[in-house]
Amino acid sequence: MKSLSLSPTSHTPFVSFDAETGSIELKGRSTPENSVEFYEPIMNWLDDYVKSPKETTKVEVKFEYFNTSSSKCILDIFKRLSVLPKNGKKVDITWFYEEDDEDMQEAGEDYSDILGLPFTVKQV
Amino acid sequence: MIDLLEQYEKMHDNNIMLSFKGEVTFDLVNSILKIIEERLNRTEEDLKTKKKVYNVLVECLQNLCHHIEESASEETFGTKTAILMVYMNDNTYHVLTGNYIQNKNIDHLRNWLDQINSVSKDELRELYKKILNNEQFSEKGGGGLGFIDIARKSGQKLNYNFKSVNDNVSFFSFQINIPKHEL
Repeated sequence: MKSLSLSPTSHTPFVSFDAETGSIELKGRSTPENSVEFYEPIMNWLDDYVKSPKETTKVEVKFEYFNTSSSKCILDIFKRLSVLPKNGKKVDITWFYEEDDEDMQEAGEDYSDILGLPFTVKQV
Repeated sequence: MIDLLEQYEKMHDNNIMLSFKGEVTFDLVNSILKIIEERLNRTEEDLKTKKKVYNVLVECLQNLCHHIEESASEETFGTKTAILMVYMNDNTYHVLTGNYIQNKNIDHLRNWLDQINSVSKDELRELYKKILNNEQFSEKGGGGLGFIDIARKSGQKLNYNFKSVNDNVSFFSFQINIPKHEL
């Protein structure tokens, strides 16, 4: 399966999804004009990945900003990943926030809470 | 001729960081965000405040973009323009937006803003989670989270009013204040 990588722009994040190593990384900003459209290839990649995942999938999320229209897409990413533990695979999710960024810290806690999936929420 | 010096002094005295009237497109939103970010980088030392102002502005602009497309498609007033202003005084950033709205949509918006204003910080967080998890988003996203996010990030009540223009259309004025984070 091909890896997926996207370069960051002023309004879209850095994306690096590697099926060979089971490593998933998202960082930067997410304020695209059309979030659903931007995240579509990411969702498609994940739909394929969860069919034959690695034993452990390591997820690192490090947002500086994201808008509310991206927030649902970000939830959808985690929803896809949350099937892994149900299928006996491991998923390690680390949600990073920048120093004193309580809003971003809360956002990580909110996702973890909604999904009932433990996140490591920590300062960069 | 317009007295430009007077205009300049007014903007200076009111500490206006940005003032815009016109059509709000996605490219324009990006340009505005870039300008404000550069200005904040120069004038605002507190990273937390900087992020809050930026975030609130992102949502305000998204609301404008979104709303304008909605009203333009129904051709009531034939205008796609809005007004935006950002200024700083008394250790508080102020973001103001104004746009036309169809009268039939006022009640829904007013109820939503009043609901957000009536709940506590914790209840607001729960409401955000509930909507994020349960409700269908529109094609372009958004889905009612924008104003909750503005209220959460600013920690302030949402100020607004509607001014009637004609039988079909009113002008919606919105203001959010973002106090500087106390170090």
